[in-house]
Amino acid sequence: MALDDLKNAYVAFDRVQKSYDGEILVVKDLNLAIGKGEFLTMLGPSGSGKTTCLMMLAGFETATHGDILLDGKPINNIPPHKRGIGMVFQNYALFPHMTVGENLAFPLEVRKIGKSERDDMVKAALDMVQMGDFAGRRPAQLSGGQQQRIALARALVFKPELVLMDEPLGALDKQLREQMQYEIKHLHESLGITVVYVTHDQSEALTMSDRVAVFEDGRIQQLATPADLYERPENAFVAQFIGENNTLNATITGVEGNMVAVDIDGGMKGHALAVNCGGVGTRTILSIRPERVALNSDGPNKADAKVMELIYLGDHIRCRLVVSGNDKFIVKVPNSAGQKHLVVGETTPISWHSEDCRALDA
Amino acid sequence: MSDATTTGPVLAADGTPLKKSLSKALRRQKIRALMLIAPLLLFVTVTFILPIGDMLFRSVENEIVSNILPRTVVELDSWDSTSGDLPDEAVYAALAADLLIAVENRTHIKVGIRLNYELSGMTSLFKKTGRVVDDFDPDLTFAEQFIDIRDDWGEVETWQTIQMYSSVYTNGYFVSAIDMRKGPDGLERLPDGQRVYITSMIRTLVMTLAITLLCLIIGYPVAWLLANLPMAKANLLMILVLLPFWTSLLVRTSAWKVLLQKQGVINDVLVWIGIISDDSRLAMINNQAGTIITMTHILLPFMILPLYSVMKGIPPTYLRAAKSLGATNWTAFWRVYFPQSVPGIGAGAILVFILSVGYYITPELVGGPSGKFLSNWIAEFVLARPNWGLAAALGAILLGLVMFLYVLYDKIVGIDNVKLG
Amino acid sequence: MKLKNLLIGASVVAVSATTALAQDMTIVSWGGAYSASQQAAYHDPYMAANPGVNIINDESSNEAVAKLRAMAEAGNITWDVVDVVAADAIRLCDEGLAMVIDPATMLAAAPDGTSAADDFGDLMVSECYIPSIVYSTTFGYRTDLVGDTPPTSVCDVFDLVNYPGQRSLEKRPINNMEWALLCDGVAAEDVYDVLETDEGIAQAFAKLDTIKDSVVWWSAGADTPQLLADGEVIMGSTYNGRLFALIEEQGQPVAMLWDAQVYDIDGWIIPAGLSPERQQAALDYIFFATDTQRLADQAKYISYGPARASSAPLVGLHATLGIDMAPHMPTDPANATNTFLYNYAWWADYRDDLDAKFQAWLAQ
Repeated sequence: MALDDLKNAYVAFDRVQKSYDGEILVVKDLNLAIGKGEFLTMLGPSGSGKTTCLMMLAGFETATHGDILLDGKPINNIPPHKRGIGMVFQNYALFPHMTVGENLAFPLEVRKIGKSERDDMVKAALDMVQMGDFAGRRPAQLSGGQQQRIALARALVFKPELVLMDEPLGALDKQLREQMQYEIKHLHESLGITVVYVTHDQSEALTMSDRVAVFEDGRIQQLATPADLYERPENAFVAQFIGENNTLNATITGVEGNMVAVDIDGGMKGHALAVNCGGVGTRTILSIRPERVALNSDGPNKADAKVMELIYLGDHIRCRLVVSGNDKFIVKVPNSAGQKHLVVGETTPISWHSEDCRALDA
Repeated sequence: MSDATTTGPVLAADGTPLKKSLSKALRRQKIRALMLIAPLLLFVTVTFILPIGDMLFRSVENEIVSNILPRTVVELDSWDSTSGDLPDEAVYAALAADLLIAVENRTHIKVGIRLNYELSGMTSLFKKTGRVVDDFDPDLTFAEQFIDIRDDWGEVETWQTIQMYSSVYTNGYFVSAIDMRKGPDGLERLPDGQRVYITSMIRTLVMTLAITLLCLIIGYPVAWLLANLPMAKANLLMILVLLPFWTSLLVRTSAWKVLLQKQGVINDVLVWIGIISDDSRLAMINNQAGTIITMTHILLPFMILPLYSVMKGIPPTYLRAAKSLGATNWTAFWRVYFPQSVPGIGAGAILVFILSVGYYITPELVGGPSGKFLSNWIAEFVLARPNWGLAAALGAILLGLVMFLYVLYDKIVGIDNVKLG
Repeated sequence: MKLKNLLIGASVVAVSATTALAQDMTIVSWGGAYSASQQAAYHDPYMAANPGVNIINDESSNEAVAKLRAMAEAGNITWDVVDVVAADAIRLCDEGLAMVIDPATMLAAAPDGTSAADDFGDLMVSECYIPSIVYSTTFGYRTDLVGDTPPTSVCDVFDLVNYPGQRSLEKRPINNMEWALLCDGVAAEDVYDVLETDEGIAQAFAKLDTIKDSVVWWSAGADTPQLLADGEVIMGSTYNGRLFALIEEQGQPVAMLWDAQVYDIDGWIIPAGLSPERQQAALDYIFFATDTQRLADQAKYISYGPARASSAPLVGLHATLGIDMAPHMPTDPANATNTFLYNYAWWADYRDDLDAKFQAWLAQ
């Protein structure tokens, strides 16, 4: 990443490393530039280093090596309370001994904002999350969703330009979580703030983010928009982690421009898009999204598949097939008029386009 | 549902009123719950409520005089104690008759001992009189012969005391317990050099509060460390905290003596370093300082443990949240962490206070001349010098004081704001 | 089920077997070296002679009055023989909690035929009491901390000019008030008459006031020996047996100041209201344990004087140290040139009153 990028970015991680015990690096050489007003999500399984990055940005952990820049200035030595970054915690961390109003007034009080102005700001923040009537309640008297809104309001009430969110929706049920995703997204848009969001839930990441950084093993595996991440994963981990994915092991037999010819284990031959693979003779993993596989032999890559299992999901049927020895090959069959109905045990032809099949690192 | 609109009671499926069948269902549960706590209830009643009731009763019970001297008490009833005259012959005769029976039963000195609490000399008066009571000469007046045995029978004060303490119930023990006495003209304060219990009460409360406060000041950071250190180090520290628990109380107290006395380790070190000179060694034991130091050490775990368990339950994210909202370390602690640790402070303070207010061994051993707590007096009157009535009255007052402070605490802090973990 | 029954049956048999074999007898005393001396001199030989008796030691003598009172109220007396000081014995007897002893029939006569009553003499201060030892409360001083002229009189305790330094006194009025008056010019025979008046009490306190700032007040018998050993005080009062142990067994540079030692008595009572069998067993033990030889034997283990006149000539060598015990007895003529007798009857009347005044004075 160019130095200029880092200088111009609103938040930047410049070759940041982090180790807790001096032996294992939890974050390995992290470079990341986040633009002003951007909604960036750090996505990854637990232990991938995403939360550590967030905590370093917030100031609760110090980087072992490298700089973290905010608005072009290094903030490594600025204590958390002087960074002016809003933060929403996983379990909300609402102060249980204070009312909702007092919770919201807290950041304003420590900033020595006068009483009347403070009251106005608290009211505005509560109204913003539709919780205007709850100022007198204690956090324990609120439902999880309500607490979530208050936590959000508290992180925003002192008008920070950067807000960090650490798995804020993790404790909510699915329906509420989806609703809150939209609300957070709308707040982000209407306030024009920069949000760095940590989650392990890929659908949440895809729904809300401008860009997603996929973390694994202390590194960013891919930094891209949600669509690119899904459509054009750059390595096998990302392909596997984001959305549903079918993989086939293969050996490259020829390179033709941006396409490669492959011998799929099990005897089948085909072509795939060369994304992240070696030359002739190297192994590769082919990645095909289930919805890009057709139950016919119209495509250039053809195979015969044995139907193992059918799961009825209303709008579509999930079919588990055996393809070239892979017995977890999934195809989604739309439940639309005229669609052919499969029977468990029968053999059906399948095919896909070479552009939909990505040859990735083995 | 048309049922809901009718005016009659809602009925269960089998036609009985719903309320009845509900209470029937609940009664089963209640009985089961009662059965479960029955052993505890029984235990508490037998080992706690009954003894305390008995103790409270003893502080006013005074049957002994009217039981052993029944005739005297009846005759003396009509005597005017303020007249300055001795009671008439009938009283002396009644006393002679009572004593005759009492000597037979060997109970006469018991009355003497009881009355001696109020007037010194009564023990030997009854003892001496008991020895000769069957030698009375019917030709002489009883009054004459009694006064002949000892002059005290001719003193109005003797008879006033008997009359005053002849009722079945008395407030006499409580009167003594607040450094007063019952005179013929009502209650009067004891002279200056004899007031001990009120001073002792005040001292007990002040010292106990000082010990509680010291425990809190020392214990709070330790509990915080315990709650925030990594497990291995916290366990080690916990062992250090609990170590005093595993040592005998007397051993610990003796160890403090060795450390604190004038020729003790601490003074030796201070002299050796040159901070104090050899002839101005510090007096740190056999005075209030000694009591406070030793008791603080002994009671510290009772402060640290509840604090620790409450602090353990405060997630570190609260402090982080406060800092992320712009609070300095101190503000974050004081406004966010400390209020949440208050239930632990409450529990620890109440534990330490109540234990300390009832401690008597340590103040006795290291407290010096002025270190006597109220509980020392109670122990003395229960064990060494049995005067159970006064012990009970002092105990009741101590109980009352503790309960008063408890209510005060409830009013100020709120008793629901106490947590052991 | 079968096994359980078997176990229950077996334990019932076992319990009844032990009760059949050995009759338990609970003897209450003070614990420590004193109980050990009783074990060696009384209990062991008694059990050897009476295999049917099993003596159980209880160390509750310091709260004997309270516990016996509570037992009597509960109607279940678990103690058979109790070792108490004279003041407690008098109190127990007065309250009817101890049985009356007839020395003529219940106690052994001296070997020369002197009756038990005459052999014990004045020491039988209560009709319920069988004295066993005479001990005294007296002073010990650090030989290396009192200068070239060691103290010879109890009044040196009140002399801060010649004997500067801390001294230890018991935290109660008994003995201290008497010593104060003795050293303030009151004749020994007048002490209690003077103490009966408010002026007399004021006089005693005034005398004690002169050394109050230099006094460490003790409440446990082990305090003064420890304070002397640590050099924390230069002189202090305690029981003579404690000082013997400090000087002869521990070899500390401490000497005895026998002047104006206050005699007190320790001995036995039998609780009133025992069953006839238990009472008979207790009397049998007492008959054995208070005879002339047994009392002399106890002095082999601890430096307290036997209460019988006839035992004195039989006092021999210390059982382990091998030193002659007679010169260490408080009753030895050389030690008893100036002694003071504790007035039990007077203190029974005035203790409540004086204790309150003493504590108030202490706290000033």
